[in-house]
Amino acid sequence: MSVDTETGRRATAAPPSGDVPPAIELRGISKAFGSVQANKDIDILVARGTIHGIIGENGAGKSTLMSILYGFYKADKGEIFIGGKLTTIPDSQSAIRAGIGMVFQHFKLVQNFTVLENVILGAEEGRLLAPSLAKARKVLAELAAEYELDVDPDALVQDLSVGLQQRVEILKALYRHADILILDEPTGVLTPDEADHLFRILQGLKDQGKTIVMITHKLREIMEITDNVSVMRRGTMVATVKTAETSPEDLAELMVGRKVLMHVPKGPANPGKVVLEVENLAVRDEHKVERLRGISLQIRAGEILGIAGVAGNGQSELLAVLGGFANGTGKIRVNGVELDLTGRHSDGQSRRAQGIAHVPEDRQSLGLIMDFTAWENMAFGYHNAPEYQKNWLLMDNDALRADTDKKMATYDIRPPIATLAAKNFSGGNQQKIVVAREMERNPDLLLIGQPTRGVDIGAIEFIHKQIIALRDAGKAILLVSVELDEIMSIADRIAVMFDGRIMGERDPATTNERELGLLMAGMGEASAAPTKGAA
Amino acid sequence: MDYATLLQILDSTLRLGTPLLLACLAGLFSERSGIFDIGLEGKMLMAAMCSGAVAALSGSVWIGLLAGIAGSMMFAVVHGLASITFRGNQLISGVALNFVASGITVLVAQDLFHQGGRTPALTGNARFNAIDLPFAESLRGVPVLGPFYAEVVSGHSALVYVALLAVPVTWWLLYRTRFGLRLRAVGENPASVDTAGVSVVRLRYAAVGIAGLLCGLAGAYMATGLQAGFGREMTAGRGYIALAALIFAKWRPWQALYATMLFGFLQALALRPDVIENIFGFAVPIPLLDALPYILTVVVLAGFVGKAIPPRAGGEPYVKER
Repeated sequence: MSVDTETGRRATAAPPSGDVPPAIELRGISKAFGSVQANKDIDILVARGTIHGIIGENGAGKSTLMSILYGFYKADKGEIFIGGKLTTIPDSQSAIRAGIGMVFQHFKLVQNFTVLENVILGAEEGRLLAPSLAKARKVLAELAAEYELDVDPDALVQDLSVGLQQRVEILKALYRHADILILDEPTGVLTPDEADHLFRILQGLKDQGKTIVMITHKLREIMEITDNVSVMRRGTMVATVKTAETSPEDLAELMVGRKVLMHVPKGPANPGKVVLEVENLAVRDEHKVERLRGISLQIRAGEILGIAGVAGNGQSELLAVLGGFANGTGKIRVNGVELDLTGRHSDGQSRRAQGIAHVPEDRQSLGLIMDFTAWENMAFGYHNAPEYQKNWLLMDNDALRADTDKKMATYDIRPPIATLAAKNFSGGNQQKIVVAREMERNPDLLLIGQPTRGVDIGAIEFIHKQIIALRDAGKAILLVSVELDEIMSIADRIAVMFDGRIMGERDPATTNERELGLLMAGMGEASAAPTKGAA
Repeated sequence: MDYATLLQILDSTLRLGTPLLLACLAGLFSERSGIFDIGLEGKMLMAAMCSGAVAALSGSVWIGLLAGIAGSMMFAVVHGLASITFRGNQLISGVALNFVASGITVLVAQDLFHQGGRTPALTGNARFNAIDLPFAESLRGVPVLGPFYAEVVSGHSALVYVALLAVPVTWWLLYRTRFGLRLRAVGENPASVDTAGVSVVRLRYAAVGIAGLLCGLAGAYMATGLQAGFGREMTAGRGYIALAALIFAKWRPWQALYATMLFGFLQALALRPDVIENIFGFAVPIPLLDALPYILTVVVLAGFVGKAIPPRAGGEPYVKER
C-alpha cells in the first residue's frame, strides 16, 4: 500500500508498533468535484492517542479529506478504517457513532441558545428536554474538571468570546463520546493566550487516550503540539513524518514543492520625513458605540508600522477612516495636508488623490467584485486615470488589458488570464490582484489589512517581499494583521490595539509574543512588563 | 360603555381573533424553522373554499374541516417543495401561492355551485355551532366573572377552543421538547443541526406541514364557523395581518395570542361604531374603523414596535458547506 507520489516519498508513516490498531486508516481515498480532483488516492495512518497534524496550502484538499471522514462528502473511492474496522460514513450521524467529533473552522453553534442547549442538540436523550439538560449539566461539570474546559452552561453562546465558543464545540464532541477529534484551523481566531489554553486542552485529551487530528497552515503550531504530521499538496498526500524529525523549513518545502523563505530578509529601516500623522482619532459606529477612543500615531517615509491585535478591537475602523469610507473626529495629516474626516469632502477617490492606497482587510467584499474579470478589477478606483481613457466618452479596454497582462506577469498571478472572473482565482492570487493594483500606483502611504489572510505560504513570501520593497522605496506603510508572526517578521515598529486604544508600542527586535499577547488581551503597560508576565 | 357592551366586544374579539391566532401560530412554526411563509393568506383561502364546498356537498362540517386541511396542506407541500427541496425563493413561492389561491378558489366554487364564486349558505351540521361550556348559565350570577365566562368564554365553536389550546401546546413543543429545540435551531443555524446528524430537510418539512394544518383550521373556521360559507377573497388580508402579529410577538407563542387578540379587538371595534361614538362623543367614519387593523399592520411592519429579530436563517435555503 505504499503510494509513490511526485516527490517519490512514501506517503504513509510506518505502522505503529504493537497490535493496537490505528485510530484512523484511510486507503486510496479519491474525491473529485467536477473536473477538479480534490483528493487523489490518499493514504494516511493516524495512531491512537497521538496528535496528528495535517498541513498544506489552500486548496490542497485537507478540508475535503476531513469532510469525507465526517460524512459531509462521500468519497468516489477508497476505504475508511476506524479503530481497525472497515467503516462506511454516509452522514454525520454515522461519523458521530464511529466516535468522530469535528470542530469546524466556522463554528456550528446556535447563537441564541445556551451552552447546554447547543451541547445536547442532536444528542438528546428522549423526546423531552428536561432530562437531557440535567444530564448534560452533570457531564459538562465533569469534563470541565478533567480538561480545563470551563464554560458557564447557562450562558448564551452569542455572549461568549470566540475562544469559549470553540470550547463549546469541543464539549459538543466529547459529550457525544468522541474518541477522535478533528479540528479545522482551530487557532485562526484565537489570541496567543487562548491558543496556548487550547493546546493544553488538546494535550490533556491526548493523555486520556483520545486521538486528535489538527488541520492547520501554521507551521509553528505543528512543531509545537503534534506528534506526526502529514503534508498535502494539490490533492495528494506528499509525506507523513514524525514531527520531532522534521523542521518548519522542510515542511514548507514539502507543502509548496520548492524552497520557501520563512522570514523574508530585510535590512534596517531608513525612516525619513513624517508621512502620516494621526492625532486623537475617535470613531463611533452606527449604534453610537465608540470604536476608536483617541488614537495617535505617526509613520515616516520608509518604515512599516504594524498594528497587532485581536480582530474587532478597532483596526478595521482605523483603516476605514484612513481609507475614506468612515467618519471620525480628531486630526489626520498626510504629508502635512489635513484630511477631511466628516465624509462631506472625502471618499476613497479623494484619498487616492492624496497619495493613499488601500489593500482592504476583506478583499472579497471591499477589494474586488468577484463576478467581474481580473482586468476590470485591476482598474477599480483608478478607472478615471487618463491612460485608461480612449476619448472623452469611452474607456480604452485594450490599454486596460495590456496593463493587466503586465501586472499579472510582474506579480506572478496565476492563471495569467486577464478575462477570468475574480472568483475563479485562488485566495492568494485574488490578493495579488489587489496588491498589484494598489502598489503599482506608487502611493506615499499604503494601508494594508490582513495582507496574507487565506493566502498560501508561497504567496505570503511574495507579498511580504513586495511590502518590504515598497518600504525600501521610501513609502510609509500601515500594516494591520491579526497574525503576530507576520507583524513581527516585517514591521519596523509594532503598535498593539485593544478596545479602540493603542495599548503600547514595541520594537519587534526586543519584544516577544508573550508580551504582545498580554497587550492584545488588554493588560496595561504595567502588568505587561517584559519579565515573565503572569496573565 | 357599560359592562355588557364591553363583554359583547370581547366576545367578537375572540371570534375574530381566532383565525388570526391560528394563522399566526402557523407562521410561527414555519418561520421558526427558517422558512418564510407569506402564503398564509393563500392557504387560509384555499382551506376556506375547500371546507365550505365540501361541507355544503356532504352536509357534514367535520368532512368539510378535513377537506379544508387537505387543501391547505396541498399548498404547504408545494411551498415546501419550492423552498426546501428546490431551494427556491420563499417569498416568490408564497406570493405565487397567494395568487393561485385567489383565482382557483373562485373558479372551483363557481364551477361547482354557479353562485358567483360563493359556496351555498351552510346550515345545521354543515357548520360549526356554538358550544356552551359547562356551568355557563349557573355561574352567570357570580359578579363580574360570571357574565365574562358566560358571554365571552363560553358559546364559541370548537375551533376557537382548539386555537386557544394551541397556544400552550405550541409553547410546550417549542421550549420543552426535542422537536422544539431542533426546530428553533434549524431556523437559527441549520448547519448546527446538520453537523449534529439531524436532517434539516425533514425538520423543515415537518414545520411547513404543521403550518399547513394550522392554516387549514384557520380557513375552515372562517367558512364554517365565523361565516356560513365561502365567499371570494373572504380572508381579506388576514394572512398578512397574522404575519404582522407574528413580528409584533417576536415569534413567541404567548405573545402571538396577545398580538392577534389586539388585532381581533380592533376588528371587533369596527363592528360597533355606536360604541366609539358614545365614548368619543363624535362619529368616527366607519371606513377608518375598518382600516384600523391594517393601519396597525403597517405600523408593526414599519418597525415601530421595537427591534424584532427574525430567526437568523429565515428565508435562506440550506446548502451544505464545510
